[in-house]
Amino acid sequence: MADLTTEFLGIKSPNPFWLASAPPTDKEYNVRRAFEAGWGGVVWKTLGAEGPPVVNVNGPRYGAIWGADRRLLGLNNIELITDRPLQTNLEEITRVKKDYPDRAVIVSIMVPCEEQAWKDILPQVEATGADGIELNFGCPHGMAERGMGSAVGQVPEYIQMVTEWCKKYYSKPVIVKLTPNITDIRHPARAAHAGHADAVSLINTINSITSVDLDNMAPEPTIGGKGTHGGYCGPAVKPIALNMVAEIARDPQTRGLPISAIGGVTTWRDAAEFMAMGAGNVQVCTAAMTYGFKVVQEMISGLSNWMDEKGYTSTQDFIGMAVPNVTDWQYLDLNYVTKARISQDDCIKCGRCYAACEDTSHQAIAMSEDRVFTVKDDECVACNLCVNVCPVEGCITMEEVPAGQIDERTGKVVSGEYANWTTHPNNPSATAAE
Amino acid sequence: MATSHQASGIQAARLDAAGIAENFSDLHPPFDAHEAAVAADRCYFCFDAPCMTACPTSIDIPQFIREIQAGHPESAAKTILDQNILGGMCARVCPTETLCEEACVREAAEGKPVEIGRLQRYATDRVMEKNEHPFARAEATGKRIAVVGAGPAGLAAAHRLAMLGHDVQVFDAREKPGGLNEFGIAAYKATDDFAQREVDWLLQIGGITMQYGQKLGAQISLDELKEQFDAVFLSIGLAGVNTLRTEGEDLKGVRDAVDFIADLRQADDLTTLPVGRNVVVIGGGMTAVDAAVQSKLLGAENVTIAYRRSREEMGASRFEQDLAASKGVKLMFNVMPVAIHGEGAVSEIELEYTEVSGGKVTGTGERFRLVADQVFKAIGQTLQGQPDAIALEGGKIKVDANGRTSVAGVWAGGDCASGGEDLTVTAVAEGRDAAMDIHSSLMG
Repeated sequence: MADLTTEFLGIKSPNPFWLASAPPTDKEYNVRRAFEAGWGGVVWKTLGAEGPPVVNVNGPRYGAIWGADRRLLGLNNIELITDRPLQTNLEEITRVKKDYPDRAVIVSIMVPCEEQAWKDILPQVEATGADGIELNFGCPHGMAERGMGSAVGQVPEYIQMVTEWCKKYYSKPVIVKLTPNITDIRHPARAAHAGHADAVSLINTINSITSVDLDNMAPEPTIGGKGTHGGYCGPAVKPIALNMVAEIARDPQTRGLPISAIGGVTTWRDAAEFMAMGAGNVQVCTAAMTYGFKVVQEMISGLSNWMDEKGYTSTQDFIGMAVPNVTDWQYLDLNYVTKARISQDDCIKCGRCYAACEDTSHQAIAMSEDRVFTVKDDECVACNLCVNVCPVEGCITMEEVPAGQIDERTGKVVSGEYANWTTHPNNPSATAAE
Repeated sequence: MATSHQASGIQAARLDAAGIAENFSDLHPPFDAHEAAVAADRCYFCFDAPCMTACPTSIDIPQFIREIQAGHPESAAKTILDQNILGGMCARVCPTETLCEEACVREAAEGKPVEIGRLQRYATDRVMEKNEHPFARAEATGKRIAVVGAGPAGLAAAHRLAMLGHDVQVFDAREKPGGLNEFGIAAYKATDDFAQREVDWLLQIGGITMQYGQKLGAQISLDELKEQFDAVFLSIGLAGVNTLRTEGEDLKGVRDAVDFIADLRQADDLTTLPVGRNVVVIGGGMTAVDAAVQSKLLGAENVTIAYRRSREEMGASRFEQDLAASKGVKLMFNVMPVAIHGEGAVSEIELEYTEVSGGKVTGTGERFRLVADQVFKAIGQTLQGQPDAIALEGGKIKVDANGRTSVAGVWAGGDCASGGEDLTVTAVAEGRDAAMDIHSSLMG
């Protein structure tokens, strides 16, 4: 069994699975249960400034979308930061860290954008013995309207400024949590980097309305006939998070900046994908909220098995390995030609590939009277839609047309030489190969 | 006090009321909303779907399943009933394992088809529960049409004709409508008086008058009907039964399976329905299975189906065979009756093993006897009481693709007509299609 011990910003944890700052990490009781279940670390639910705590709504605070068998695919919430007194949280954090020295305990913080507010809270957090802090610049609801959360995360200058304060008043690692509710994730990441953040974590939740109650004509969840946008998370957001992680991992200005990835991690595979895309570890929330803390045990066994199969002895062995293969569209090889291939042995003759291709793509699949489906190579542009709609995994595959053979669609011989859009004759700004 | 299943002879009350109720409960219990959503989600929404092609009434199955999946089973029911007005009964009695579900691509993929029959029931039940009738009559045409026989074909034709604006008079020889839906078919496939409820619901279209106790050739004649109506549709079923032509066939305790099933379907209290201790059913079709299984469910100790050909040639599907076996019915293949023995009443049946070569069944000479106090004959039904003027083909009323008989102005469909399998769903298709042809022929 592979050793999953992960060191992130010098903070050691027995595995790379941390619980994200959220309801599961709101108090000592939950966090102890999480550690007993096997979680490698927690980011404690966001603390606010001293004084009367925030209040939450007393109607529903979560909304969801489901698959047919009620599999939860996406969750949204309008819960705020911790609604418990600061001192209570600090005392609990101190006790928990003392009892679980081998686990990572990070404290999430959100206080007003004033230096004094940060100067006040940081020493108190430092005194708990926690391993680091995470700045909540992501929360998209409630707190943003008060000038905190994503209201800060959407302004790179604020991010840099607050990060600098934290580095000034706090001695341990500072992680900046980013909101995805922006146009280009690289800008806030660069700002965090410029403020000397030790790492970024992303994504926080995405602004969303999960559904509309068509009887009451109100968004869900509905509170007294009204609803508001909440933060979307869970399996549905993973592709968005993966891209944002990749953008930061490959940006020349932030390359090498440690990343703690968040966004729909549900199984070991999700975690491995984020880590291959440059994340040093992952944070999980929705999977735990859906299935309970025990889910971490599958993540541990799955990642460990996969590492054994691949011969990786440490998570460091594969972190970032996929990053060099993320590129811009303009650099994709236009001479790489594939054609769809349908395995007649595996085909169950549902005809979905045919309907998809005929109605919405390139009319490149033929259907015989007895429901045999074949690819017309002279029409197939290799779009992959048939692969994606086929209900039988592995039945339709994309086969490379080797160099020297004719692409029947274009009538041209496949050259085998790399060529991209930057040098393509149709590109007005192409630079001719010298 | 219930009679023991070991009591010899033909006895009522072999099981108590609770045992009977349990045995005759719904064979395929209905889906609840969540089960239906999950089952519906398994449908791949195939292009030019094979299930739809396999359905004799060509129901747009992917469409109705998608409507269930999207949470509007009422639209799903309309999609079904547009094609098959007896979609509720067909959902219960269709041998889906040899029709839509056999064709389902998931059957090919994993041996587990989408449960089309149960989904169809889910949709149609929703509409019938609300007692909504989603069809309205077209403007009256002034045309009058006689339908003879209120079974599936007759009812389907009557509904379609009424919908098209014609006035329909339905005649049936029995005192109740429904035909085989009411008098045939195993009770556990159409529980809670479904056949009658469905007819009542169907008649909500209006424009259909029902007349019972009217038998063709007795109370009514084809000539009169032709005179009084603009068109006639015959759906008289197969009223005759084949005989064994075997020694001892007249002994007490030897009966036609269809009569037993009809008695069972009409019994108010199944504990009062007598059944033998040792029952032997001769035949290999659905009627044989229905008689055998229900004998077992009534409390018979030993029930045997004796079929003269191999398992593969049996008319009843493998699903039906397995159902019978699961209820404790013994299936014997390649055996034929040669004599029925007994003093006054049957006590034994003598069978001979058979060989089938070139389609012909011959005895091997090896014989054996089974103890039997009741023998049911289920070796096929025949056309009976058809008008002389009408041409036949293969023992049935000869019809063309549109249901037209050899007599002008007279159409036929259902089991009495040539072509198609003798299934409820086929009868519905034939009734519906004949109605369309009658309509176009009358309206020019």
